[in-house]
Amino acid sequence: MHEIDLAQDIVNLALEQASRLRATRVLAVNLRVGQLAGVEAGALHAAYREASARTVLAGSRLAIIDVPLVVWCAVCLAEVTPVRINRLRCPRCDTAAGEIRRGRELEIAALEVDA
Amino acid sequence: MTTRIVEVRAGVLRRNDEVARALRREFEAAGVFVVNLVSSPGTGKTSLLQLTLSRLRESGIRTAALVGDLETDNDARRLAESGVPVKQINTHGRCHLEADMIGTHLASFDVAALDYLFIENVGNLVCPASYDLGEALRVVLLSVTEGEDKPLKYPTMVNSSDLAVITKIDLAAVCEFDRAAAHAAIHDVRPAMPILEVSARRGIGIDPWLASLAERREAWLDRLGPAAPGT
Ligand SMILES: [Zn+2]
Repeated sequence: MHEIDLAQDIVNLALEQASRLRATRVLAVNLRVGQLAGVEAGALHAAYREASARTVLAGSRLAIIDVPLVVWCAVCLAEVTPVRINRLRCPRCDTAAGEIRRGRELEIAALEVDA
Repeated sequence: MTTRIVEVRAGVLRRNDEVARALRREFEAAGVFVVNLVSSPGTGKTSLLQLTLSRLRESGIRTAALVGDLETDNDARRLAESGVPVKQINTHGRCHLEADMIGTHLASFDVAALDYLFIENVGNLVCPASYDLGEALRVVLLSVTEGEDKPLKYPTMVNSSDLAVITKIDLAAVCEFDRAAAHAAIHDVRPAMPILEVSARRGIGIDPWLASLAERREAWLDRLGPAAPGT
């Protein structure tokens, strides 16, 4: 359950940014989460509610933006998205494709604030 | 007052990643090859590490170990029997080690006098995946008793590792363990990942495991260049 630690990190980062922006209220925190980031959305939402209570972020939405896994296929010479995250093969030609281009992200993309 | 959307782009794990980068620089400067061992509970991580520490010590290679434990210090005590410096990190219920925990516990070792530092992570195949500890090598241990499809259930952990070690290989026949299926599952999640098979209890596969560590340490020292100490 590292989602509890991650939620705390998200809250700390968002509070830092909110204060920098002199925001009086934060309506939403937009979070980019790669398919292979190893984060369970349900657990993260629950942990975020807990960690954000009694802060400027209380009641704000944690909006999770899924980032699909993208790998490089050396046969097709193209970036492709495997059908499953535990089968890193090109969906076009079925070649093993282990070079990850996207899908490990875990970052705050934006804040929706009143300022 | 207006509502607006402000772009931020801040990595959630930024703080851990910064500490890990600083540790990696420190390890490189000291010439100590750091190995992070991850697995589920009960894969025989401590047994393999105990044997590894003893064998390296017998060869005159200088090692130490940091052990992440939820509460008890049994693993650290067992490892200390090998005669090398061992330090326990009590995570107080947390499911993974973080870079700053490594940093605080390093003080008990003379890092510059080491060839290897082993980190036994908390038994968990989910949470440790996200935390860079400044290691040079991440090894995921999977035991034959866990079944061949285990890697498919933990893609993030397996994919973030550099080397897979299948443990308790002496029990393969008893467990009707399908080696080819297990290798295929690992390669589905991380194509071309090197795989070793060991049994700490029977001493099977230990020489190749030690040779693989030595080879990787050599290559790592080469990459650091001629300025690297510890050579
Ligand atoms: Zn292809």
